Amino acid sequence: MADSEVILAPQEAGLQHHFDDSAQQLESSTLGMWVFLVTEVMFFGGMFGAYTVYRNMYPEAFASTSQFMNVTIGAINTSVLIFSSFTMVLAVRSAQLGQKKALIAFLVLTLILGCVFLSLKYVEYHEKWVDHHIPGPGFQYADSRYTHQAQILFYLYFAMTGMHAIHMIVGAGLLTTLIVMAARNRFSSRWYTPVEMIGLYWHFVDIVWIFLFPLLYLIGHTK
Amino acid sequence: MSTTLPFVPAETRTNYLNADYGWKSWLFATDHKRIALLYLFSITAFFFVGGAFAVAMRINLLTPDGIFTHDTYNKLFTMHGIIMVFFFLVPSIPATLGNFLVPMMIGARDLAFPRINLLSWYIYIAGGILTLTAVFQGGVDTGWTFYAPFSSSYSNTHVILAAMGIFVSGFSSILTGLNFIVTIHTMRAPGMTWNRLPLFIWGHYATSLIQVLGTPVIAITMVLLGLERVLHAGIFDPTVGGDPILFQHLFWFYSHPAVYIMILPGMAVISEIVTCFSRKAIFGYNFVAYSSIAIAVFSFIVWGHHLFVSGQSMYASMVFSFFSFLVAIPSAVKVFNWTATMYKGSVSYDTPMLYAFGFMGLFTMGGLTGLFLATMAIDVHVTDTYFVIAHFHYVMVGGMVMAYMGGIHFWFPKISGRLYPEGWAKFAALLVFAGFNLTFFPQFILGYQGMPRRYAHYPPEFQVLNVMSTAGASILALGYLIPMIYLAWAWRYGPKSPQNPWNAKGLEWEQSPTPPPTFNFEHQPVVTEPAYNYSGEEQEVTLG
Amino acid sequence: MGVFSIFPSRASVAAGEVDALYTFLLVVGGAMTTLIFAAVFFFAVRYRRKSPDDPAPKAIHGSLPLEIAWTVGPFLVMLVMFGWGTKLYFQNYTPPLHDTLDIYVTGKQWMWKVQYPTGQREINELHVPVGRAVKLILASEDVVHSFYIPALRLKHDVVPGSYQTYWFEPKEPGRYHIFCAEYCGTGHSDMGGWMTVMTPSDYENWLAGGSGGGSMVEQGAKLFQQYGCVTCHVTDREGRCPSLLNVFGRPVVLDDGRTVMADEAYVRESILNPNAKVVKGYKHDIMPVFEGQIGEEGLLQLIVYVKSLSPPAASPAKPAASAAKRSPK
Repeated sequence: MADSEVILAPQEAGLQHHFDDSAQQLESSTLGMWVFLVTEVMFFGGMFGAYTVYRNMYPEAFASTSQFMNVTIGAINTSVLIFSSFTMVLAVRSAQLGQKKALIAFLVLTLILGCVFLSLKYVEYHEKWVDHHIPGPGFQYADSRYTHQAQILFYLYFAMTGMHAIHMIVGAGLLTTLIVMAARNRFSSRWYTPVEMIGLYWHFVDIVWIFLFPLLYLIGHTK
Repeated sequence: MSTTLPFVPAETRTNYLNADYGWKSWLFATDHKRIALLYLFSITAFFFVGGAFAVAMRINLLTPDGIFTHDTYNKLFTMHGIIMVFFFLVPSIPATLGNFLVPMMIGARDLAFPRINLLSWYIYIAGGILTLTAVFQGGVDTGWTFYAPFSSSYSNTHVILAAMGIFVSGFSSILTGLNFIVTIHTMRAPGMTWNRLPLFIWGHYATSLIQVLGTPVIAITMVLLGLERVLHAGIFDPTVGGDPILFQHLFWFYSHPAVYIMILPGMAVISEIVTCFSRKAIFGYNFVAYSSIAIAVFSFIVWGHHLFVSGQSMYASMVFSFFSFLVAIPSAVKVFNWTATMYKGSVSYDTPMLYAFGFMGLFTMGGLTGLFLATMAIDVHVTDTYFVIAHFHYVMVGGMVMAYMGGIHFWFPKISGRLYPEGWAKFAALLVFAGFNLTFFPQFILGYQGMPRRYAHYPPEFQVLNVMSTAGASILALGYLIPMIYLAWAWRYGPKSPQNPWNAKGLEWEQSPTPPPTFNFEHQPVVTEPAYNYSGEEQEVTLG
Repeated sequence: MGVFSIFPSRASVAAGEVDALYTFLLVVGGAMTTLIFAAVFFFAVRYRRKSPDDPAPKAIHGSLPLEIAWTVGPFLVMLVMFGWGTKLYFQNYTPPLHDTLDIYVTGKQWMWKVQYPTGQREINELHVPVGRAVKLILASEDVVHSFYIPALRLKHDVVPGSYQTYWFEPKEPGRYHIFCAEYCGTGHSDMGGWMTVMTPSDYENWLAGGSGGGSMVEQGAKLFQQYGCVTCHVTDREGRCPSLLNVFGRPVVLDDGRTVMADEAYVRESILNPNAKVVKGYKHDIMPVFEGQIGEEGLLQLIVYVKSLSPPAASPAKPAASAAKRSPK
């Protein structure tokens, strides 16, 4: 019959009791994070679907509203996020090599870049508020031919970028947690799974933006 | 080969129930078995709330003019639907039996993410509280389908609260599915290859795929609906350029696969019961296993059959109709395989098997009536009538709930360490079968005769069948109440159960004490035989 | 009620065809149900465990020929159901091109407003003659409803923002239920009425009973004047806005290069949102936007008027339900 195996008392730091070894634990964490990211794709997918439908239905209204998308800020934000993914990769690499100071530095840098993104987003949203382009009772649109359709399109703009921004804020919170954990010596070259997992999450949020930016800001942009 | 541990009375051995006491040990439990019981308790409560609404509805339908106001009745059927779908059917088997058994059946000590498991229960409760708040604040009257623009611009009930409740509880479903997928991939015991997995696991794996892929879409749909009610931007409002049919597509993209989330676990349970109570390996293991996956895949491409009369393109409707027929085939294959499993078996009539018989018959009827709905020209006549209501109650109640009851009885000894009274159980099972058919069969006839659904009152010529239906409902209600009583009684006072009262195969029965210890096994299980090896053969033999 | 029947009365030819298909499915379904019930019952009895110590029977793991048979067999039967059902569905939802009696039905919470070309208006009542192809053009003023006549075995959702159609040929005089079949709020179960099928002569008599405000064409013409359409849309004003003579039922080339069919939905959209589709050679922002100013019934009257400006041969070539206003799905 089966040989007895010690079920309790794991030897390795960070190994949870129900896993046999850290390889199994890492495999589980990684698969779990990927499955979660797939659910996020489906979540954003619904909005991308609605956006596609309305853009097809109202091409002139879309062309009209696209001039109010701030391509400059959008482009800066895109490079900020891409660069932050790079710093995130470097953070994971530092964790892998057991370099605590570099890990913290890169995590902090990623967090700062994320905050830069969110600040620029705030500037953009403020611009929209000034222009009365926020859907709701205060909505106004200069070209009265397209008022109703523009409101729908701006609603989708805010829903999509807003949902993305919420995910960024959550990401910022997660990064902060990582920084605190790193400062408290929780990570080593043998175990740094949370860094890797949150790295995956951060890259995903970046990729969503890489789809949002051309779709909302670039394609069919009129000036 | 099987291992039977020496029988040690429960009081003298530590198991997951007595390992720790006090409310904190339950509310902060990470043991998948305790979390399963937390779910069992809350899901049962929601079942009776949803059932109470159903009783009220059926009483109203005794007479053509009813006894409630229209608004009250509209809220009753809405709340019945929301609670039964989102707070009972979707979580039921996966969150209770699945949580309890998935790790045990694959030889693991817990699920991959025990704390996320606990979190998923709290999220479920939070969603439930939001929805119940909507109920107690006066209810929602949009139907569980929330069609726009009625739900987005006209209804003046607590739509946002209910939508938020559904949004939140969806994450419970997603996390459960995520946990199962990872667990089944990474934590199988040595020797537990994919083709030795119990079909219960295959069924839950397929269910989890749907949960993970489909639920986010209802989440975003509820967000868009809620935002629209607040902002009135017009996304679903045709007076300002929005499209009400877009809502229907977004809604059904999840809600159709959702019905397979509901039935696949039921089928998973039936595979376990039929094999045990025929004392025989499943006929067509691969076909049953892959049928589960096929159902999960096809479930995503049939949603448009809810839109045949909505103005959807006729060609799109044609495609959806075709796939709707296709998705029936794996389900039929499963029914045939279960029946063939009984052939030359050794069939016993214990309560779980009685429920399995009921499932096989009633699910067949429910599934066949689905073909009527897939047939477009017939659907035009019967959609939005009692025919549809009868169809989905046959598969959901005659199918799923019967499987759930069968599973609860089958694993009751394992979960509680005690035996339930078989006589009462058989009686209740027969009551359920009889009451169910009397309730819902007349509704097929009502539907074809043209009685629309969601009607607070109806023309007098429909009364006879409605009275029959209500009579059946009272018997059905009794059939559900009786097990609640004797199961609760047996939990405290039932005779102690031996480790494997059914002589069933499976790691949970053969290699784990009854009730199990916190970490499920006392020795690491190693698997060397195929599933359901009742005959004791080592090799897998195939006919023809 | 008379003899108990699972079939409601049949008011049209197509109703009988749907019943035939339904009977086919009942037979197949009944046979399959009987088969499964019988097999389960028979096996449960024949192979009953006699005692707990009975040995476990030999395993039978499967049979590929059997699996193939019971996969392919049902599939073939389903193909028949699919084919038959599709054919009937297309037939019932594709009105004939010519010579239909068009009746306009508007649903609103919680009543059905019916308008006849001759000008009669009814609430919750529909009168039709035996032997003519009747086409219903369905509109909603508020939420999604569904216009359902069980005796015809037909319904169609009535969706605000677009038109839906279906057609039927009444066969049997009588009075038949109309129901709303899509939940629409408090009065959903009140939103019913009666369709009366009459012999042709009775129908003529009924029509002759008069209509208050003139035929729909006449009412539409009044609105055409009232809202100022006549100031642009007649032949000698070419250059500012397209003439509406001979437009309905024909393709129209738009200024963005698309070609669309001028059907009921096109006319409706052109009134409510003129800049959505501008005919080639004309400018944007000339025609006023009438959204919110004309109700659904008025729109239908205007559409009937515009239809009357085209010769009878130019009836709409495709049902309004699939007009270009629908988003591609």
